[in-house]
Amino acid sequence: MERIPILKIGSFLLVSIQVDMHDRLAMSLQDDLTAEIVKARAKGVLIDISSLELVDSFIGRTLGNIAAMSRVLDAQTVLVGMRPAVAITLVELGMSLPGVRTALNVDQGLALLQAAIDQGEHGAGDGV
Amino acid sequence: MPATASESLPIHGADDVVVVRQRVRELALMLGFRLIDQTKLVTAASELARNTLTHGRGGQVEIVTLHDGSKKGLRLVFEDQGPGIPDIARALTDGFTTGGGLGLGLGGSKRLCNEFSVESEPGRGTRVMIARWA
Repeated sequence: MERIPILKIGSFLLVSIQVDMHDRLAMSLQDDLTAEIVKARAKGVLIDISSLELVDSFIGRTLGNIAAMSRVLDAQTVLVGMRPAVAITLVELGMSLPGVRTALNVDQGLALLQAAIDQGEHGAGDGV
Repeated sequence: MPATASESLPIHGADDVVVVRQRVRELALMLGFRLIDQTKLVTAASELARNTLTHGRGGQVEIVTLHDGSKKGLRLVFEDQGPGIPDIARALTDGFTTGGGLGLGLGGSKRLCNEFSVESEPGRGTRVMIARWA
């Protein structure tokens, strides 16, 4: 079955969605990614959607779920590269992706992830 | 509104939803839709194709190319023979869902298009029409 590759870079996972996702593929990404967060002990997930020409309510909901599930698994998620037309359409559709961190590109997304993780470590103060 | 070309696509699986949105994108591009208008129409098509699949238990979409003077557009008619919508006003309300989704499909699609109509008869099926001009 078709799968979206998940790359591990340090303590981050990187996913670049390059295909027009049907619903099952979106669901399998959600499952694969949560499993991989645990397996790789990832602290951050970066999802690049710069190739996506469409984010409808199903894909939007899946991205929101991924962000929520990662948070529960102690990993931060950043969504990067959303096209302007996709952003306008998504908001008009009625979805503003609350709870999903976004950045314009991969560089800024990685910086945001690193900052969030540093802050989390200092903020928690458990000094393990 | 004189229609010049029409085609029908089946919607019986998740892959068909992808085929519908790709075909709508192709036609919108051919008709000279701006990127933002393409994106809105394709997104609405995706929502309604999924509704046809999950709520209507499958059906089909008729895609009609419209020419009205210098105006060009696309009309999509989604039809199923599913259980129908008992209360259309309620189904159009954001957040109302019977399918476990977010309840944005019908109302959201209406906002993304220039024309919208929905007819439904409980037990007989549902017909949703949308149109958008380039």
